[in-house]
Amino acid sequence: MFNYDQYLRITKFPLIWCPGCGDGIVLKSLVRAIDKLGIEKDSVCMVSGIGCASRLTGYVDFNTLHTTHGRAMTFATGVKMAKPDLHVIVITGDGDATAIGGNHYIHAARRNIDLTVILFNNHIYGMTGGQVSPTTPKGMLASTAPYGSMDHTFNISGLAQAAGASFVARASVHNGVQLENYIAKAIQNKGFSLVEAMSPCPTAYGRRNRLGAGVDMIEELKRDAVPYSKAKKMTPEELEGKVVTGIFINEEHPECRSEYQKIIDRFQKEK
Amino acid sequence: MSEKSNGKARVITGNEACAEGALAAGMRFFAGYPITPSSEIAEVLSAKLPKYGGVFLQMEDELGSIGAIIGASLTGAKTMTATSGPGFSLMQENLGYAVMTEVPCVIVNVMRGGPSTGLPTLPSQGDVMQARWGTHGDHQIIALAPFSVRETFDLTVRAFNLAEKYRTPVILLMDEIIGHVNEKVYLPSEDEINIFDRIRPTGSAEEYLPYEHTKSRVPAMADFGSGYRYHVTGLAHDETGFPTNKSTEINKLMDRLDQKITMHREDIIDVDEYMLEDAEIGILSYGSTARSVRHAVRLAREDGLKVGLMRLKTIWPFADEEIKKLSGKVKLWIVVEMNRGQIAHEVEWAVAGKIPVFKVNRVDGDPINPLQILEKIKELANV
Repeated sequence: MFNYDQYLRITKFPLIWCPGCGDGIVLKSLVRAIDKLGIEKDSVCMVSGIGCASRLTGYVDFNTLHTTHGRAMTFATGVKMAKPDLHVIVITGDGDATAIGGNHYIHAARRNIDLTVILFNNHIYGMTGGQVSPTTPKGMLASTAPYGSMDHTFNISGLAQAAGASFVARASVHNGVQLENYIAKAIQNKGFSLVEAMSPCPTAYGRRNRLGAGVDMIEELKRDAVPYSKAKKMTPEELEGKVVTGIFINEEHPECRSEYQKIIDRFQKEK
Repeated sequence: MSEKSNGKARVITGNEACAEGALAAGMRFFAGYPITPSSEIAEVLSAKLPKYGGVFLQMEDELGSIGAIIGASLTGAKTMTATSGPGFSLMQENLGYAVMTEVPCVIVNVMRGGPSTGLPTLPSQGDVMQARWGTHGDHQIIALAPFSVRETFDLTVRAFNLAEKYRTPVILLMDEIIGHVNEKVYLPSEDEINIFDRIRPTGSAEEYLPYEHTKSRVPAMADFGSGYRYHVTGLAHDETGFPTNKSTEINKLMDRLDQKITMHREDIIDVDEYMLEDAEIGILSYGSTARSVRHAVRLAREDGLKVGLMRLKTIWPFADEEIKKLSGKVKLWIVVEMNRGQIAHEVEWAVAGKIPVFKVNRVDGDPINPLQILEKIKELANV
């Protein structure tokens, strides 16, 4: 039996997350990945923004930084640039990273700075009561989209890839082991790494859209999941409503802090 | 305005002096976004910081710039960003975060005309109240305003010392004139500069309280990665740093955040008195505007008028006690500033009707002329 307690601030329990929420599964996968890599707790800095997922930083025994809405990526950039020895992990959600924080997200990926971003995608603003998010599927209901969401949704993983991230993967909470493996790979990658974790919100999204309880929504994620290898052979029509899981990119290329170090070293040599 | 020192003479701008002062204070992390009239600070530091082993980062916007310097400061670095009006507006959100989480950092605002895009290349002092109350919620803030190139160097060093001493963001309110004027200066050598470094915890990690209610009201601050694993949040928190909704804990936090500045006001507030000893007319000013006032005071003295200047080097917290003390000794105040009277209201509040307060203002991008001030002095001297 894995000892989760060694990584958790148990005295801060119970968690703020609702029954049936998928975020706890991501949390478990995350600490197992860190444990598997044998990383010291002191050398992990976890940075989050605002939202349900972002409350995770309060529950884990690392150097933790719960910041402002959308800005986690910028604080994390500061931490990494100032102290490159730290493993900097960003905890964020679909609204936090791609709406209010969209620009920071794009530029952190563009710099390929060595951050590991765990982005919880639940298609909704859960904490504020179920408002429409940039990933709410078209036609679905939200408290601020009572007639159905009208907008095209963000492809979060595709966005990171296009901007310059060197590791991009998507997994779902129905497969915690896969999620753990991807997170471990993401931490190991020296560069901007994204793991998009599909996580159900039965309270603020599922109930309004009659998707059932948390377990029903996880079952649905399992049914809709298509491995990337298989998805490559499918047409866009066939992929409609599916959740493609897998590693989309895993290529090492020049990393921001390491490149900056080369400039610093140039002057150290001159001395 | 070039105080002699051991250093060699140089002709530099205020923006360059700010960059030099920051490096002298130990600043090793700068993040910023281009904006007139502050960009030279970033340009100088982009060339110099790697030579010091430090980091320069151009961020995607000002929201990101201040986020990055707060993150970097938590690892133990002394950090700074520099901007101007519109960028300063964008920083207000995380300025409040730095106040709440007590993260030392320096935010330079080289003031230009506003509101909005306003007058990008022309001076103003229109952000004085934004510096005080721009971020939401009740809070204290420290803001300093230099009036010369050399003083920009000195107050930049001081801004870092105050930030480190009181675990708080400090705003350096320059203006376009100070930022761009070239002056001959003798910058002090390393051994002439006093540096204050934040107090770090020495006890056990288990007992460390990152937001401890200490006697000085300033808690010790651990670097991320130094073995003291703790939580930082902009939510109201208790002494352990974790969120709380308990009114007793919230009151304790809010009182401490207030007291750590107000209890130390004597240490923080710095005013310069010029020919005030026998003055009957007191002028209050700050930043580049105070230079015009000095000239006006000298001209008035030539005409036998007893006029003096109180110059605020510390804008916030406000020097209300110092002003109160002189009110009565001077029979009236004239507040001279490049806005519509932001500090004048504070002066009125301080004197509480005891003596009259008059204003000389300008908001059209032109500096206030000494003769404009002299005219006001003469008008009031005849009353």
